[in-house]
Amino acid sequence: MSPVTRRPRGREVRTSHRHFATGPVGVPRLLAGLDPAITSVGLDQHLERWGRLPALGSASILDELDRSGLRGHGGAWFPVGTKWRSVKSSVTKRPVVVANGAEGEPASGKDRLLLDGLPHLVLDGATVAAIALGASRVIVHVPAARIPKIRRAIDERRRFGLDSVDMEIVEAPDRFWAGQESAAVNTINNRNLGRPSFTDIRTVREWGVGGRPTLVQNVESLAHVALIARFGSDWFRQVGTPESPGTALLTVTGLWPEPRIVEAPLGLPLQQVLGLSPGGAGFSQGLLLGGYGGGWVPMADAMVMPLTEEAAREHGSSIGPGVVALLPSQVCSLSEVSRVVTYLESQAAGQCGPCINGLAGLAHSMETLAFHPSSLRGGTSRILAHCDLIEGRGACRHPDGVTRFVRSALRVFSDHVASHLHRGPCRSQVGPFLPIPTVRRIVQGRQIR
Amino acid sequence: MKRRRIVLIVDPIACDGHGVCAELLPESIWMDPWGFPVIETADIPPHLIDHARRAAESCPRLALTLVERNT
Repeated sequence: MSPVTRRPRGREVRTSHRHFATGPVGVPRLLAGLDPAITSVGLDQHLERWGRLPALGSASILDELDRSGLRGHGGAWFPVGTKWRSVKSSVTKRPVVVANGAEGEPASGKDRLLLDGLPHLVLDGATVAAIALGASRVIVHVPAARIPKIRRAIDERRRFGLDSVDMEIVEAPDRFWAGQESAAVNTINNRNLGRPSFTDIRTVREWGVGGRPTLVQNVESLAHVALIARFGSDWFRQVGTPESPGTALLTVTGLWPEPRIVEAPLGLPLQQVLGLSPGGAGFSQGLLLGGYGGGWVPMADAMVMPLTEEAAREHGSSIGPGVVALLPSQVCSLSEVSRVVTYLESQAAGQCGPCINGLAGLAHSMETLAFHPSSLRGGTSRILAHCDLIEGRGACRHPDGVTRFVRSALRVFSDHVASHLHRGPCRSQVGPFLPIPTVRRIVQGRQIR
Repeated sequence: MKRRRIVLIVDPIACDGHGVCAELLPESIWMDPWGFPVIETADIPPHLIDHARRAAESCPRLALTLVERNT
């Protein structure tokens, strides 16, 4: 296959040394445009700070993205350039671009910050994607609470005539997996809202919104794209490591009284990212990386671990959407894990047999281990065998995410597991600590809390 | 070098756990404790391809597919 799958429109000079504007030095990058005193950057301020998007053609955008090494910040860390090239365009079916800010992960707040505070950076990125793919539609997929501000931003741009393709808004349901790409496409197609499809045979990149090839890209990735389009890939690579260039937005919980969003260069050890002194992590018994679809890492390992997806995976975790939660020492880790697994079970789409049955059993086992450990039959080896039986058998990655969360918890909190099994459950209950949204369950047609 | 493989894929959303596949192809498929098929060896050896095709065609939910993959 040739490296460029799309014929550039009109005449275009393809060189790797096209002239880009000079970008800002150092970190923060995305958040540099966000004054703490200002809650939302309007179009005037946005253009004053970053200038207008340069006129770029499809091929040069794709080449620049490939060279930048940007990867998806929604959680999968898939190379963005490769993904865009895989969205097959055809004469009869022009692609659709979805700017995805569903952010179903309860402990993540970075997409919310971008959509509310820096909407024009996100929308710039969506327009770059529309140009690169020759898209006919751009859809902004966000939770209900984000809609008013994003609508205002789109109206501003419309008045200014800024975008070549008009932007639509579709509300994302409040579900953990609402942002999974096939779930987002289902919501937009108004069928099976917020639930994933089986995409092993045909992906949304071939058959998505309205049957068209569809790019579903996280809003933070699009914000990075907006800066790469202005300042180029060489600028992008000035921060981070050769393998993991650029920065990432992290939602940090458990370090300050309130969760905080920080922008960190990739590749920096977490201890420096969090501004902790050596040995200064004793207040926490374990670090959750990647959110509820990620995994627990022992504090000692986490402090020296560089902030890269590869390092996270070596530790049985993932950076995911950039969630970093430091569990305080005085909280019962197993009751926290149990609450999360019960929540995750409630968020299963309920479509696949192994997931429905498997997660129900897993949630029950984790609850027993946390609160009635003496009645846990088979111990942790039975829980692990249960994980083996679930993995790789869902239509989406939900069951695999839950087993990763459970496995890592049993590993990192093994001492506490032993204490529960030999001495019984924890008496003093500090917490709850990890955020769990209120789940509405429908029982026999009645809505209960 | 690229290798052509014949692979059995179950669509877990379509599957209702009828169990026909495990009856017809016990060499690669067994049923989990909840009555859903586990594809033990997705890579189908040549001598079982006819059986695998029959299992796929017999699925009452059309949840089983035999596909060719290049690796």
